[in-house]
Amino acid sequence: MHPVTNVHYMVLSVALLLVGTIGVLTRRNIVIILMSIELILNAVNINLVAFSHHFGDVHGQVFAIFVIAVAAAETTVALGILIALFRNKETVLADEVDLLKW
Amino acid sequence: MNFLDSIWLIPLFPLFGAVVMLLMGRRLDPQPASPVAVASGVGDAPDAHGHGHGERHASAHDAAPGHGHEAHHGAGSRALVSLLCPGMVLLSLIFTIGAVAQLAATSERVHQVIKYTWITGLPFQLQDGSLARFGADLGFLLDPLSAVMTLVVTFVGFLIHVYSIGYMGHETGYYRFFAYMNLFVFFMLTLVLANNYLLLFVGWEGVGLCSYLLIGFYFHKKSAGDAGKKAFVVNRIGDAGFIVGMLLMFSVVGTVRFVDVNQAFGGMSPETGFGVLSAMALLLFIGATGKSAQVPLYTWLPDAMEGPTPVSALIHAATMVTAGVYMVARSNVLYQLTPETSGIVAAIGAFTAILAASIALVQNDIKRVLAYSTVSQLGFMFMAAGVGAYWVAIFHLYTHAFFKALLFLGSGSVIHAMSGEQDIRRMGGLKDKIPITHWTMFVASLAIAGIPGLAGFFSKDEILWQAWSSPLGSKAVWAVGTVTAFMTAFYMWRLMYLTFYGRSRVAPEVAAHVHESPATMTVPLTILAAGSALAGWIGVPKLWTMFGDGFRTFEHWLEPVFASGAAHAAAAAHGEAHHDTSIEWLLMGLSVLIALLGIVLARYLYSVNTAAPDAIQRASGPLYGVLSNKWYVDEIYDFLFINGLSKGGGRVLSRFDNRIVDGGVNGAGWMTRLAATVSGFWDTWVVDGSIRLLAFGVKVASYPMRLLQSGYVQSYAFVIVVGVAVALGYYLTR
Amino acid sequence: MVDTLSFYIFALMALGGGVMTITRRNAVHSALWLIVSLLGAAGLFLLRGAEFLFAAQIVLYIGGVVLLILYVVMLVNLDETARARQFNKQWWIALACVAVVGAEIAFVMKRGLGALALPGVAAVAPTGEGNTERVADVLFSEYMLPFEIASLLLLVAVVGAVVMAKKRV
Repeated sequence: MHPVTNVHYMVLSVALLLVGTIGVLTRRNIVIILMSIELILNAVNINLVAFSHHFGDVHGQVFAIFVIAVAAAETTVALGILIALFRNKETVLADEVDLLKW
Repeated sequence: MNFLDSIWLIPLFPLFGAVVMLLMGRRLDPQPASPVAVASGVGDAPDAHGHGHGERHASAHDAAPGHGHEAHHGAGSRALVSLLCPGMVLLSLIFTIGAVAQLAATSERVHQVIKYTWITGLPFQLQDGSLARFGADLGFLLDPLSAVMTLVVTFVGFLIHVYSIGYMGHETGYYRFFAYMNLFVFFMLTLVLANNYLLLFVGWEGVGLCSYLLIGFYFHKKSAGDAGKKAFVVNRIGDAGFIVGMLLMFSVVGTVRFVDVNQAFGGMSPETGFGVLSAMALLLFIGATGKSAQVPLYTWLPDAMEGPTPVSALIHAATMVTAGVYMVARSNVLYQLTPETSGIVAAIGAFTAILAASIALVQNDIKRVLAYSTVSQLGFMFMAAGVGAYWVAIFHLYTHAFFKALLFLGSGSVIHAMSGEQDIRRMGGLKDKIPITHWTMFVASLAIAGIPGLAGFFSKDEILWQAWSSPLGSKAVWAVGTVTAFMTAFYMWRLMYLTFYGRSRVAPEVAAHVHESPATMTVPLTILAAGSALAGWIGVPKLWTMFGDGFRTFEHWLEPVFASGAAHAAAAAHGEAHHDTSIEWLLMGLSVLIALLGIVLARYLYSVNTAAPDAIQRASGPLYGVLSNKWYVDEIYDFLFINGLSKGGGRVLSRFDNRIVDGGVNGAGWMTRLAATVSGFWDTWVVDGSIRLLAFGVKVASYPMRLLQSGYVQSYAFVIVVGVAVALGYYLTR
Repeated sequence: MVDTLSFYIFALMALGGGVMTITRRNAVHSALWLIVSLLGAAGLFLLRGAEFLFAAQIVLYIGGVVLLILYVVMLVNLDETARARQFNKQWWIALACVAVVGAEIAFVMKRGLGALALPGVAAVAPTGEGNTERVADVLFSEYMLPFEIASLLLLVAVVGAVVMAKKRV
């Protein structure tokens, strides 16, 4: 087997990103859309950590920590919105809500 | 301990007391649910749970201090209030004594403590072209003058605080009273310890505020509230003068710090004619007339007697009203540059002195007599300041603080004993019932009348002599002063005879429980009586050569402050050395004689031949009415300013408004409407038309774009991804 | 060798977990698969020497975020949603578009493969301090302000979530 290089990580990262994007674009269930966003962010984190290791520099990891923090904040708010939405509209399907129209 | 460098602490102690009281006082001194305890009628035995006073006084007298014996509430925590507030003033007193003692040991006798710069402004050009920066420090200055003032304020202030424990003991709002009193002491100490005019002005306004709060202490009485407002508004008039004067001073010398201002003025030569310096001095003096109740702004002080008596003693006799004198003395270098203004000061002082004394002759309210007496004595102080004898003005201020505070506190004790009665026609024969009050007031009355050996004599006699002999003085001022001195002796002893001697005219239900005041009240009275008797001995006349220089400490102490004034005095003294001292002896004898004459006349009219006053009253015809109506000054002011200026002016202005302003406005409105109609057509058809056309075009063109706005989140996300794809594709195929 | 093997295992976990996450009908299953995916990513972090992130990933993501999602799944009734159609109407065009993006990225990577094989920096001489200490050093010196801002952001997020999820707004 080839030794694992950065390129491996990048390919994995891209793949995970695309999987997440597909999830965001195609799923109707908002909860799963949120999970897909987590996948995208994880793809980014893997990339950051890989390069951090590659350059022997922890800045990338620090960035990853911030990504995790922001992701946590984002999920919290999104789920809050989700609950409010479910209470008012009785649905968690993304294509049944068009409040952004006009 | 270095007290000199900690003088900035002196005002802070009372501030601490005030803050504690204002924030936590309600908890320390729980208030009853109703402001006035249930009235159980006048004349009940005092040991019944108490008689309400509020309702009785509201109808009986316009200036009654409340003296109800309300049930005690939280007596234990009241003790804390009684301990904290006077204690804070006592701390200030101790620090002041320490600082003054250390100041006396220094050679230059001026000590400034500047904590930090309080205000800084942008630099600008002075009249002489040099640059100055508007600024003021939060700084404190202790020099002989402020030392005297601080000692007077803290000493008298402390005694009056102690007195108030007894006097206000039965009042609701006990903590509120002490909070205001401590706040007052704080502002007053700021005023006298400030090292610049601006900080002095802060104290000046602050004492005005406290005065307002305390005059209106019985705020449920309309007259008290009105009196507070009057004091506040009248003081504002003076303050306006002060501010303008201060700014004018700044524009000329570029600083408001006393030391620098005096230095700057010290280099100038006296002004001839009426120039900017005179204007400055006059404007500052207007401020002083407001605060120190001089003509024409004195009318608020008699009304201020609506406040509790300790307030009258502290604020409206001993300390605040002397702030104007202090300020003029502080600006003595300026006043020496402008002899005309000094003349005006002396004239106003003399006029005020005699006017107020003449009103005091016929007043029947014990506190009003003293109020007019205060105005009159303040006139004396300005008389002294006006003739250039600043140290004498401060000397009189200092002795006056003792005997006038004593008189007020004594009158408070009388009122206390009389359950709120203030009319001296309904007193009499109280000598044996309240002996301590009687004897202390006896000393004070002798002192104010000018009997040799007592404090008032030394200062008043010195004022009269300076008015006669000073180069700025004149015989006319002296004559007015002498007549006023006679009146003073007369009205004070009229008060004494009507109150303490002769047949009792006390209402029987009040007479039942006339009682001497508690020790917290009589002890301060006794101390002040000792002060009234002895305080003058540090300023005996030069004439009394048998006493050494030590007996003239006061003048020497103040010499550094009034250095250039001392030069004047020295010149005068030099010239006078050639004179025979017989004139001075003669004048002194005359003033003593006149004082005795006043006392004897009062005794004849009000003790021996009691029918005479009525006869005189009838014989004097309208004069009595004029006097007892205070020369109708309040009415004149009402007519001139309230009705004349405000209402009459209002009528004129309303006509002006209706005809000219409204006409102009209406005309302009018509023109505008015409123009608007024309412009409206233009707008509707041309401007709006083009805009609508444009909008319509946009609407049509935007229709396909609107279809993109589905409102579904995922379609927006999709567009993002498409965007990424397109952007990447662009960069790859470029 | 072990490293390489571990990489492929973890990569499979991450990617396979991701695919399963987005294809499950039941949201709870999705969340469980998300855990698998996140664990895989955590393992990759470990392989790349980021021990602190490994711990943070497990504690924060799996212990915090996924748990929060599961709570919400319990709060909102998803039974009907599970019976409904799972993909929206734009799924085929979205898939196509993602494929285009993927192809573009693959093209970029292939063309720049040489450039991508970046010269590895010589491993930093071991200074005796572990990964966590180095991260902490950087985080609390250079990134102090962003760190504080992030804490503020979290606070705002908490307040915002409470306000929105509260019964009566």
